[in-house]
Amino acid sequence: MNPIESNQLPLDEMLISSYEMSRETIVRGDISKVELMRDTALQHFKTNRFPDSTHEKWKNTEIENLTCEDFVQLIEPAQADRNMDELFRCEVHNFDTEIVSMLNGWYHDSNEKLRTLPDGVVVGSFKAAMNAYPALFEQYYGEIAQNTLNGFTAINTALVQDGVFIYVPDGVNARKTLQIIKMIDLEENLFVQNRNLIILGRNSSLSLMHCDDSINQHSSLVNTVTEIFVSEGARFELYKLQNLNDQSGLVNTTFIRQMADSTVKTNTLTFNCGLIRNTIHINLDGSGAHADVLGLYLMDKSQHVDNQIRINHNQPNCTSNELFKGILDDQASAVFNGYIHVARDAQKTNAYQNNNNILLKPTATINTKPFLEIYADDVKCSHGATIGQLDQDAMFYLRSRGISKANARLLLMYAFASDIISEISIEPLRNRIDDMVKKRLRGELSVCEKCVLHCGSPEKEYHFDIDYSKL
Amino acid sequence: MLLNIKNLHVAINGKEIIKGLNLGVNKGEVHAIMGPNGTGKSTLAAAITGREGYDITQGEIWYKGKNIVEMPAEERANEGIFLSFQYPVEIPGVSMTNFMRTAINAQREYRGQAPIQAGDFLRMMEEKKKLVDIHEKLTNRSVNEGFSGGEKKKNEIFQMAMLEPTLAILDETDSGLDIDALKVVARGVNQLRTSENAFVVITHYQRLLELIVPDFVHVLFDGKIIKSGGRNLALELEEKGYEWIKQEHLV
Ligand SMILES: Nc1ncnc2c1ncn2[C@@H]1O[C@H](COP(=O)(O)OP(=O)(O)OP(=O)(O)O)[C@@H](O)[C@H]1O
Ligand SMILES: [Mg+2]
Repeated sequence: MNPIESNQLPLDEMLISSYEMSRETIVRGDISKVELMRDTALQHFKTNRFPDSTHEKWKNTEIENLTCEDFVQLIEPAQADRNMDELFRCEVHNFDTEIVSMLNGWYHDSNEKLRTLPDGVVVGSFKAAMNAYPALFEQYYGEIAQNTLNGFTAINTALVQDGVFIYVPDGVNARKTLQIIKMIDLEENLFVQNRNLIILGRNSSLSLMHCDDSINQHSSLVNTVTEIFVSEGARFELYKLQNLNDQSGLVNTTFIRQMADSTVKTNTLTFNCGLIRNTIHINLDGSGAHADVLGLYLMDKSQHVDNQIRINHNQPNCTSNELFKGILDDQASAVFNGYIHVARDAQKTNAYQNNNNILLKPTATINTKPFLEIYADDVKCSHGATIGQLDQDAMFYLRSRGISKANARLLLMYAFASDIISEISIEPLRNRIDDMVKKRLRGELSVCEKCVLHCGSPEKEYHFDIDYSKL
Repeated sequence: MLLNIKNLHVAINGKEIIKGLNLGVNKGEVHAIMGPNGTGKSTLAAAITGREGYDITQGEIWYKGKNIVEMPAEERANEGIFLSFQYPVEIPGVSMTNFMRTAINAQREYRGQAPIQAGDFLRMMEEKKKLVDIHEKLTNRSVNEGFSGGEKKKNEIFQMAMLEPTLAILDETDSGLDIDALKVVARGVNQLRTSENAFVVITHYQRLLELIVPDFVHVLFDGKIIKSGGRNLALELEEKGYEWIKQEHLV
């Protein structure tokens, strides 16, 4: 273990000096493209630094509250002092996933660094993959991540330590859902730079779950950049589960490029975290591409979630459907920024964008800004945002049938969330998320001891007072 | 007396709507409440069923020997008070089935009974659906969502049949119903009538009262009951309107 101590330097200075002092260790094993990109990205970072709330795009997210803290960075993997296999075991009933584990920002060793599954899907460590598949890295790595977007993406490219690489060859339909479980467990405040590269060949398909967890109560700041390439006719589903402790910060930036007739569905489920900034940039770069971008956030205390969605309709005949829903309690706050850009040539675009919020207390806040920029003339676009409380007429209606106030509230909150949950196409996962949402709404979902989906041991599976079992 | 309302005053946002109302209902009785628009009929129903924001500034509502003015809405419901809403509420995302099962189980819990078995519940639904001629599809949908006006009203009677209340208040359940649906609703009510329960039927039309025959008819005007009589009063109102009663009242 070789943590770089902060030495009281501000975080940005600490990171710059760590790069300069430990460059040799950091670039060890890099292919030249990755190494060269580090240097350019560092220059971007030196110029732009971390954003703060004086920046237009960050004005409602006080990221400086996190970037002013002291963190350590692991430029080499730390030894685990617990049995990690136990930790990473996922116990969703009837849900057999291929698990990829990340511990403190490093690909976890207990399985091989790179494996080819029987169906032909290649999955493994980012570090290991760049040497095994240099041609794919040459073609795809760093091609859609924008270091100019902000300092987080730039510093990620400069300091990337490890991450997950997935390659689904042409025509391959991944048999199992892949599940990335990222765990933070260090007795120090940790800053992690993860980089994922996901490539889907023509007419291939993959479902991926990306779970961010923490199992201790230390501060951490996880900065993940994911690049996803979805070739012609490919289908990709991404479920992001975010359940970290209240001291954690998560900056999750996802860049997706879709080619003709491909479909992508992302579902960002935020249950717990101190501060989260999710950015999803989708480029619809081929005719007939379709993207569903969905999200649900259930925040309380003084948690904060910021969803920044940008969808570029660059080609004709593409459709996108964006729906984010949130329930905010206590002093929780949320930001939604949806931006759809329809290029001049992108005729027959169909783009729908919506953000709905329920504020349970007057102290909760939401800043929502759906936005359309359209240069084509033959398009169907709509956008909207709502902010409200629980419907009082509905509350009385339910109570007038004998349903307690608490259960009536739960029913209405659950009903509000249900159209996001019902979009989860993997049934066992949908059932489990459904369970988690109910638990969360009752205020009984704690940051899990283990994986995010270990919400109760299987024998003592959670039962809701209101029984929603199908009849 | 099952329900005994004494000198009731109800205000909404500080504005007094019910202004000293008295009403007594015994088990086995059907009372009709009639009266011009905006005189406080729905307000009275909301006050009896415990809607928040309807402030009881004076008076008492005695039900089964208890003054219930402080009792939360759900407890009143579990004590057997039911309101068929003038405007049933749409609740997207909550299926009729889950809604009804939750309500039935709340009632059972209140009575110290175990939750209903799925099979029993399904049988119960089937039986009550027949009573009001409701289609399968409706119970699979979200509560009232996209229901036609008539379907919503039938759905209220369906819920009433499921919950078997002791005191049912029907607020203009007849308005918006076609003639056949009106008969279905009336049949539903008549089948549920026993010597142990009572109905308060708010309506503008004599037509319903031919099918659900009331023991008493009351005229509500300006927040008070200004005239009470037998079923013939409804006929008289149909013929002559309200003006003569208002005149009588003012004198
Ligand atoms: N939430 C409210 N805020 C202010 N005034 C209200 C509110 N609800 C009802 N009122 C007023 O109270 C009065 C009585 O209304 P209510 O709905 O009880 O009348 P009603 O007798 O049921 O009429 P209708 O026959 O049209 O159904 C009306 O003047 C109405 O405008
Ligand atoms: Mg009314």
